[in-house]
Amino acid sequence: MDHLPDYKAERRDYLTGFVLALVLTLLPFLAVALPSVSRQTAIYVIAICALLQVVVQLRFFLHIDLSRQKREDLHLILFATLLVLLMVAGTIWIMANLATRMTG
Amino acid sequence: MSRVENKYPGLNLGDHHGSAHEGAESLVFGFWVFLMSDLIIFGLMFATYVTTLNPGAMAGGPGPVELFDINSALIQTLLLLTSTLTFGMASLSLRHEQGKRNLTVWLCVTLVLGLGFLSFELRDFAKMLAAGAGPDRSGFLSAFFGLVPLHGLHVTAGIIWLVIMLIQIHVIGLVPMVKTRLLRLGLFWHFLDIIWIGIFSVVYLWGLA
Repeated sequence: MDHLPDYKAERRDYLTGFVLALVLTLLPFLAVALPSVSRQTAIYVIAICALLQVVVQLRFFLHIDLSRQKREDLHLILFATLLVLLMVAGTIWIMANLATRMTG
Repeated sequence: MSRVENKYPGLNLGDHHGSAHEGAESLVFGFWVFLMSDLIIFGLMFATYVTTLNPGAMAGGPGPVELFDINSALIQTLLLLTSTLTFGMASLSLRHEQGKRNLTVWLCVTLVLGLGFLSFELRDFAKMLAAGAGPDRSGFLSAFFGLVPLHGLHVTAGIIWLVIMLIQIHVIGLVPMVKTRLLRLGLFWHFLDIIWIGIFSVVYLWGLA
């Protein structure tokens, strides 16, 4: 078709990512919809599938991976993630602690 | 299969695009910095939301179980996920120079899926508001309406951007400037689906579990 022979391989990559993301979406929805799954199990399934799906989308749609020379993009993701973790975990910790003290 | 080295996040145009590919490196990196700061804003909205997930912050008002509809959440998730795939197909079409027509078709499919997502989301909000569960009802609902519509606003911005790009493709043509704008819109669109993973997991599924 043109001078880039890897079009089909690249399209297959996107479709693979889509199917993986779809499975990782349907699993947690099923876990919540099925009454036989306990709340505890459902929450584990939701958390694990969400983390995996973020990785899948970064890898297949945003083409971020570890096998590159240029790492600034990955560094920025890791730095932003670190900031988010500090602020989110810190906020939840402090507010939960405060809630216990105020109502306990 | 030899891996072509990527210069920037997202699908790379490739060396055969000449100056568009060269110039994209710094432009896309700059946009990536914006996306990561946007991620932090979303992170804080998530944190605020989670701290209001308790009976005290719900102030006797409705909680997740009374408010959320799992079917609507699933439909929105599938629409947005499919739209991220169709945008990927548009990016591939751009990279492999399959022509304006092919590119336009994929972008239009993405546009329709994005509008479908928004219409389901707005229908949910309208139902909540009609039931008296607006942002002024409780701290929990304030946090909900701070987080989920913020994502909806981003999708709206993405849709407006997409329409502008469709016009530019046909009025200006596929010049390097238009190509790099499409690259950045692609990153924005994929980024919004990653944020949505957090929303459907934390807000809808965790709330209904």
